[in-house]
Amino acid sequence: MRLPTRVLMADLNTRRFSVEDRADLFQYYIGGSGVAISLLNEYCPKGADPLGPDNPIIFAVGPLVGLYPLASKTVAMFKSPLTGNLGESHAGGRSAVAIRSAGYGAIVIRGASETPIYVSVDSKGVQFRDASGIWGIASSVTTGRIIRELETGAGTRTIMRIGGAGERLVRYASVITETYRHFGRLGLGAVFGSKKLKAVTVSGDHGFEVSDRKLYRETYDDVYKRAVSSPVMKKYHDIGTASNIMPLNLQKGLPTMNLRATTSPEAERISGEKLAENYLGRRVACAHCPVACIHIAALREPYANEPYFYKTTMIPYDYELIYALGSMLGVFDEKMMLHLIDAVEIWGLDAMSTGVVLAWATEAMERGLIGQGETLGLALKWGDEPAYAKAVEHIVKQPNEFYAALARGVDFASKRYGGEEYAMAFGGNEMPGYHTGPISHVGHLTGSRHSHLDAAGYSIDQAALKDKLLPDAKTAASKLLKEEAWRQVLSSLVVCFFARGIYDKDMVSKTLATAGHKVPPEALESIGMQILREKNRFKEREGFNHKELRIPGRVFETPSPLGKIDEKYLRESVEEFYRLLYA
Amino acid sequence: MSRLTVVDADRCVGCQLCMFACNRRFGEGGLAKSAIRVRSAGGFERGFVVVACRACLDPPCMKVCPVDALEPRKGGGVILKARKCIGCHRCEEACPMHAIFWDNEANKPDICVHCGYCVNYCPHEVLAMKEAEQL
Repeated sequence: MRLPTRVLMADLNTRRFSVEDRADLFQYYIGGSGVAISLLNEYCPKGADPLGPDNPIIFAVGPLVGLYPLASKTVAMFKSPLTGNLGESHAGGRSAVAIRSAGYGAIVIRGASETPIYVSVDSKGVQFRDASGIWGIASSVTTGRIIRELETGAGTRTIMRIGGAGERLVRYASVITETYRHFGRLGLGAVFGSKKLKAVTVSGDHGFEVSDRKLYRETYDDVYKRAVSSPVMKKYHDIGTASNIMPLNLQKGLPTMNLRATTSPEAERISGEKLAENYLGRRVACAHCPVACIHIAALREPYANEPYFYKTTMIPYDYELIYALGSMLGVFDEKMMLHLIDAVEIWGLDAMSTGVVLAWATEAMERGLIGQGETLGLALKWGDEPAYAKAVEHIVKQPNEFYAALARGVDFASKRYGGEEYAMAFGGNEMPGYHTGPISHVGHLTGSRHSHLDAAGYSIDQAALKDKLLPDAKTAASKLLKEEAWRQVLSSLVVCFFARGIYDKDMVSKTLATAGHKVPPEALESIGMQILREKNRFKEREGFNHKELRIPGRVFETPSPLGKIDEKYLRESVEEFYRLLYA
Repeated sequence: MSRLTVVDADRCVGCQLCMFACNRRFGEGGLAKSAIRVRSAGGFERGFVVVACRACLDPPCMKVCPVDALEPRKGGGVILKARKCIGCHRCEEACPMHAIFWDNEANKPDICVHCGYCVNYCPHEVLAMKEAEQL
């Protein structure tokens, strides 16, 4: 039985690698998030500079990867240069299957290179390749195209790379894989950049044994049937995550113009339905996912200076991108919005952080906290996409102190220039696109990544809206904690959270057993809770204190679908969450 | 006799469920023994290419096998007699579709037998089992 328990250790200082069997970690923590947090605790020294050589980059996959549909994600962990504590980001593409096929359960990259480098991983180990010829290429897309020609393994490899934002150490730079998937949040791209690491490619051709061939095939068919017949999966296949724009706009929960509003009569223009009707050019899937939620717009435009000369750009869109670079900035012209998404993709920035930072800057400019001296002549105004696109370039290149501040995130910029009450970040991470009620924000505050994906508080809000009954603060905390703890199990397997309806406790236990990992269903929850505690311990070790969490006042001013949000409710719920976490 | 046919590669989303299905015939996970491949047409933005055996009636792979390990399959294509195979890679090089893959662990080619198992797992109507059409 071959469980993915081998850990590849690559050192950029010495350009050497080794492989260690860490069955000790995989045995209890399964894989993915569970193993990654253990490795982070082990290899990231306390107080390490997130942009220094001591900060390790960890990629981890799990025992269901390559065996079952929707087990398609890789977990990245590192110390975040944006928040200064836990950096965790998940991406699909072909990364997870490639890592396991190369024979590894996890990859740990340590040290830093003095000269630009890229790293090519296969079952034989690591090749450290000179990247001085591709360093300075601003576009993550071009970087991918070049490396694609340099490396073998077309069809079964992953090419994780950074664009200009990672090189220039923007604290929310992303790592892009397979053109359209991202380790988006919390600044992995800047950690790559700080190590002069332009890309990591992985490919391999190992097969994986199972404990019982017949049972494996039967269980597979069960998962597959559930996946292709589920209504959630159909929704994400048809319109994609962008299908959430219209319902949230209607409920008045879609953050608009820096959360001064939660709805707009123009939102339909950037809705999933309209984009699909007029622009959808292709759907793409992660390896081993029948859903294909990745929606790509084909934007055909004429060149201004030559008649009948057109170009067609393929631009991915998702709910979060539309929120951050559309409604949050008042960019409701869908072509303009697609342009802005394209710019952010090419530079390799996290879309949510970029949108929130620009929304704060727009409001700060409106209120006179900053002027054209700071913005280098740009008049940032709601909906003015060309100005925003230029500002994005400035954030990457940081030509002055103001843009250097924006490149450090909205918390940093608002501390320096003011306007903290409308600097929309939680725990140092810019907010995701949900103002559905108090529980979404409790989730953003308490989530170990300060992300909507940690515990999906918005779905508890939406259930409350439907039932016309808001759970009390303590109940909300306990629901969030239970959900976040369970998600640690899913992200240790590693399955996509969209498949959470398929992978219930029994299914997880059953699929794990065929993979050669026996865990009774009733033991899973406590493993998840243990992983969540480990993650929070890391945060606290690096200085996080939930009592110091800043809540931007705007959250309380702008009514949610569940009415005005009460600060007391939020604080009480946050307190209860941490009490229960360590109880 | 029907053969595996790529009916519409433009519908392909690159999920590779066909590749996993092919490998699962051998009762294992991963892609090591898969005899079909989906790769991007030069980046995901350009869509996908489905590389599959087209069941040649006069298979070039068979002609170059020095040990007669490839025998004609009824309806087109070949059947590998693995015991005869010496792992010389000539069949792989001879296929103009690049539809012969290599199992490095066994050092033998992975060649499609047109069983149609993968078709059952293509959720997007890219693949089908069809009679070969003659021009």
